[in-house]
Amino acid sequence: MSEIVLKTIVGTIVLALFGIIFGLLYKGIDRKLSAHMQARVGPPIRQPFRDVMKLFTKENVIPRHAIPWIFNLAPLAGLVATISILLYIPIGGFEPILSGSGDLILILYLLIVPSLAMVVGGFASGSPYATVGAQREMVTMIAYEFPLAIIIVSIAWKLNQLGNVDVFALSTITANPVWNTASGPLGIIGFAILLIVLVIVTPGELSKIPFDAPEAETEIAGGLLVEYSGRNLAMFYLTDGVKTVIMASLIVVLFFPYNLSNILGITGVYTTYALDLIFYLLKVFLVILFSVTLIRVGVARLKIDQIVYTYWIPLTLLSLVGLVFIMWDGFVTVP
Amino acid sequence: MRRKTTSKTTYTLPIGPIHPAFKEPVMFEFEIDGEKIVDVDVSLGQVHRGIEWAGMQRNPIQILYLAERICGICSFSHPIAFARAVENAANIEVPERAEYLRVIHGELERIASHILWAGVAAHEIGFDSVLYLTWRMREKVLDLTEYLTGNRVTKAMITIGGVRRDITKDNIPKIRETLEYYKKNFEKLRHVFLDDKTIKLRSKNCGILTFEDALKLCAVGPTARASGVKKDVRVDQAYAAYGDLDIKHITPDILTGEINGDVYDRIVVRLLEVKQSIDLIEQCIDKMPSGDIVSEPKIPKLLSAIKKNAGEGIGRHEAPRGEVIHYVKLDGENEKPYTWKARAPTYNNILPWIPMLKGEQIADIPIVAASTDPCISCTNRVLIINKKHRKIMSREQLHRLSVEKTRRLMKTHHIIGGGTI
Repeated sequence: MSEIVLKTIVGTIVLALFGIIFGLLYKGIDRKLSAHMQARVGPPIRQPFRDVMKLFTKENVIPRHAIPWIFNLAPLAGLVATISILLYIPIGGFEPILSGSGDLILILYLLIVPSLAMVVGGFASGSPYATVGAQREMVTMIAYEFPLAIIIVSIAWKLNQLGNVDVFALSTITANPVWNTASGPLGIIGFAILLIVLVIVTPGELSKIPFDAPEAETEIAGGLLVEYSGRNLAMFYLTDGVKTVIMASLIVVLFFPYNLSNILGITGVYTTYALDLIFYLLKVFLVILFSVTLIRVGVARLKIDQIVYTYWIPLTLLSLVGLVFIMWDGFVTVP
Repeated sequence: MRRKTTSKTTYTLPIGPIHPAFKEPVMFEFEIDGEKIVDVDVSLGQVHRGIEWAGMQRNPIQILYLAERICGICSFSHPIAFARAVENAANIEVPERAEYLRVIHGELERIASHILWAGVAAHEIGFDSVLYLTWRMREKVLDLTEYLTGNRVTKAMITIGGVRRDITKDNIPKIRETLEYYKKNFEKLRHVFLDDKTIKLRSKNCGILTFEDALKLCAVGPTARASGVKKDVRVDQAYAAYGDLDIKHITPDILTGEINGDVYDRIVVRLLEVKQSIDLIEQCIDKMPSGDIVSEPKIPKLLSAIKKNAGEGIGRHEAPRGEVIHYVKLDGENEKPYTWKARAPTYNNILPWIPMLKGEQIADIPIVAASTDPCISCTNRVLIINKKHRKIMSREQLHRLSVEKTRRLMKTHHIIGGGTI
């Protein structure tokens, strides 16, 4: 028993460090790449680390109209919830520390917590900009949850059709990569559509352009985060980094759970773990490149009603089309 | 969050005086219902610098450099308007070649200003890639300005009675090269701004200024022309060499066939004006006669000539943002002008903000405000501060004060022309 407890504690600390370090690293790479895409030099890749270090040394200002305990608790709650998701995600060849029959559903709920923490913190900071930002964040959450739910349900439905019991468990999904479950081209197309929708949901989940209305700098001066400074702002910054890794990992787990060692047939404990970890980091990087960096340099910011429209009408319809394709996959044989 | 006592459904959202949406201090107070703007109030007066007062302590040649610093982007428009006012007051003839050179520099400034605006507008809607793209393109015209004048921004090209530097035959290939660059890249710019889906989503049917409102509120420049008001000093009261050039009003229907008066139309107008400016510069290079570039190169002689003249002068110029007017009154005794008054185009474009913003969303505030290309430091002229208490004067009070002052002036001085201009 004590061994499990020890494993959980050590694992949690290691995972927290992993999430924070790679979250910041990917942020740095994202900033550098987008700078090059915009023909700029951009900051050095270690810039996010410097930012966080500096923020932790800065004064933590609490506005006069704020409710201090909620204002201070929100960033901490967000960071803790985000790191706890990492415990459920298989990273490379490592098994997740915690797992269960419905952990995918749990992850979806835990993903809402950092956003909710920002909403609560925004309302508690007593600034009209933060209030507008908080309202927008809630609306954005409601908007992107719809297509996201359809994606998860589609995958689970397919796995259920194949006779799996624990369809909402990540272990079941990683054991049956979605592309292998498709029996024909229709299924492949269906899953590809779902992947595209999930890639577009990601910037919404992470409040990145074009779905960054809750933080829109030129409109509401940073929105939710307008009153945050010092330690609290640093924690939201870390939350954002870790959440980026988690969203990318989720796409990797749902759609690309392959490990290089199985494909190459490499044995040996350490080489397998090292190879799979590197491969996993590469996959996460590619997902971030396509779902965050490329989208954010290529479009303008949408208005809040346009965000809701985008998620509810075109993307929901698109994911429903994907679902229908997956349903037809088994019954309709394409000549 | 402050709630109004009269209504429970709306709240006040202050935007400004310092806010990332604005490059200069300006204060908006919005009444917001959810995301919708119910009411808006604009208050100015955060960047008053007393330039006019400073100018009235100096001679007209010195004022040229002050006028240049009213606005960094319009650093040609303000001095040319001032010089034209003094020329008008002192009856100074400008050589024909200088008139053509003035047009070339004015149009170069327009290209630089419009492309700068395009970048700012893109940034306001969160499209930073376009900001970097356009500002990189703008470098070319700034390089050309530096090549022709020695400076990138404050060019110090204008003098009273002409310009200070000639464009020689050796300079022309470089000008043509730059113009070719813009002609080649114009299609790219047009494609980015007019065909991009997200830019269309943000700019179409957003911040509409109707023809009637534009006319009624005296909008000027691209803001007015985008609403279909054919108003352009270069065409209406052709000055400098514009009368000899082929120039017409730019309205959005030239390209799109319709006039909506929205932000998209303002983008269209500015893009077309960049093209028109390239064309005008080419015409100038072809038609430019040889001759002097300044009527009186000796400054002491020029100043003594100005000193002897008494009279009023008006100088108008179509700056990139619209019509700029400078008024100068010389009393015939002193070297320094008796009065100097500048009216920048943004002053006229403040009131049109209100119909543009009403009924729009919070998200539209930056792009709608930016769509008139406001230049606040150009505009701020009057601020009344009495022992730290800021006082806002009503229209009636201001009118009464100006009538009183006119009466006082008429008593103490013999106004030439009886005040009619």
